[in-house]
Amino acid sequence: MASFWEYANPLKFMRTTERIFPFVTWAAVVCFLGGLIWGFFFTPDDYRQGSTVKIFYIHVPSAMMAINIWVMMLVTSLVWIVRRHHVSALAARAAAPVGAVMTLVALFTGAIWGQPMWGTWWAWDPRLTSFLILFLFYLGYMALWAAIDDDDTAADLTSVLCLVGSVFALLSRYAVNFWNQGLHQAASLSLDKEENVADVFWYPALVCIAGFVLLFVALVIIRTNTEIRARRMRALLARERQA
Amino acid sequence: MMPDLGKYAAEVLSAYAVSLTLIFGIIWLSLARARRVKAELAEVEARRQKDA
Repeated sequence: MASFWEYANPLKFMRTTERIFPFVTWAAVVCFLGGLIWGFFFTPDDYRQGSTVKIFYIHVPSAMMAINIWVMMLVTSLVWIVRRHHVSALAARAAAPVGAVMTLVALFTGAIWGQPMWGTWWAWDPRLTSFLILFLFYLGYMALWAAIDDDDTAADLTSVLCLVGSVFALLSRYAVNFWNQGLHQAASLSLDKEENVADVFWYPALVCIAGFVLLFVALVIIRTNTEIRARRMRALLARERQA
Repeated sequence: MMPDLGKYAAEVLSAYAVSLTLIFGIIWLSLARARRVKAELAEVEARRQKDA
């Protein structure tokens, strides 16, 4: 069996991911659109939240992705720090804008839902605040990559930033458990049937989550391959200038 | 076909509109950059081969 680390070879990584890309993309399209259409058109209103419950099908998956994309970036950054594989650093770089968009979607949909339900667009609640800081970390991470010309130095510094930002990624996940005085309710989805939302909301939400995960995988494949090509191009242009 | 969203129609529709715009925006940007970088790299490699 091939070693996992063979995929650190950019060519091997690109060949493998380009083979699986069409399947991931089609699965993402089916789950993403299918889940949202199911949730929007074919689920009932909640007895307390009314039709705003339909925002849940975007808000929950995007918030989950915002945190988990940062965790993925943490893992790939650690791989870069320990093993110096360029593909892992470039995968983290590729994932960051997607994570920033997911965080922004979670913040926007939360604010739009919060206005009629809580009576306010925003509160300095522990979870909301840690999510805002996570978004700022995404912006800082992308700005740092863009500000440094040398790829290896940029990968080193952004990896350290990613380690620091992981505190806020974890805080945004567990803030409601650590500080129980905020507006934000505890997790809406649970594997415990007693605590979980009703099945009529749970099944379309699961399809939406699968859609968001698959969409992220498809985007990371495209974006990582683009970063690998961009890095090769920078290296070739540097050689041309030296010649 | 359109479900009755009641008094929260504006909130629900604006949440979907903003979210889908942002998500399709990042998809479009990713595809556009992928195409551009692929074409630029092909050009640099072709020039390199010609020079060699």
